[in-house]
Amino acid sequence: MSPGIRPPHLRWAPIALVAVGGAFGAAGREGLSLAIPNLGQLPIAIPVVNIIGAFLLGYLYEAVTRIDPAKPTGKNLKLLLGTGFCGGFTTYSSLATDTAVLFRDGLPWPAILYALGTVVVGAVATWAGILLASSINARMTARTGPQPAEPASTHATEQGAGS
Amino acid sequence: MTPLIFLLLAVAGGVGAAVRFLVDGLIRARLKTAFPWATTIINASGSLVLGFLTGLTLVHLLPSDLSVIIGTGFLGGYTTFSTASYETVQLIKQGRHGAAFTSGVVMLVLCVALAALGLWWGSSV
Repeated sequence: MSPGIRPPHLRWAPIALVAVGGAFGAAGREGLSLAIPNLGQLPIAIPVVNIIGAFLLGYLYEAVTRIDPAKPTGKNLKLLLGTGFCGGFTTYSSLATDTAVLFRDGLPWPAILYALGTVVVGAVATWAGILLASSINARMTARTGPQPAEPASTHATEQGAGS
Repeated sequence: MTPLIFLLLAVAGGVGAAVRFLVDGLIRARLKTAFPWATTIINASGSLVLGFLTGLTLVHLLPSDLSVIIGTGFLGGYTTFSTASYETVQLIKQGRHGAAFTSGVVMLVLCVALAALGLWWGSSV
């Protein structure tokens, strides 16, 4: 089978990009975990990491829409920095397990606040990342003049902001 | 933490991310729905296993260095919060509020329940 026919998740080059990004992401997460002490019984480093990563992924996925889709650059950046780095940096299993431990230790309200707070603030952070990148995209398009790409794209991406 | 354990944790994180990419692609090729099932299945399975490993570590059946490499490294790289959050925001933007609630809150409850099950199971082995 020629490598071009296989989907990306079955090809070595995209898998390698994800693995390299993921290794740096996991190292960054552990670095911050070692640097940020627990807040009482709350392992505060993981929500901090998850919220930063959620913001970065929203920013990245919106920012790469500026890159010419005919070039592989955008796809490769998404694999290395998105699926790889942000995916490896953030974690759901630690969020779930730390919450379960809080419940087990008889702290149901901190557990609920910890888990729901991460998900809600994380979604807001993702949205903020998307909005920031889309406003930068719009400003850069205005400065460099109209791109050959679709002229209505800035309006389309900003529709989500008002809704 | 020794530099070697840190390095192994990072490598395990890279392997975990690659496995997530593979599992995600395999699930998406079979389940062509708008709901992010792939991320849900990945995060749920990773939460169950991390709960189990944490339970084993609590009763000293698993050395803590190994627990850090597999748990923090591999499972941390395998599961993802950022993609889950991005998918939830996309569902909100599309006005699919029920699906967004499932992707955001139901996934959370499911993963915490599975982690709790794993924790209980691991510490009672």
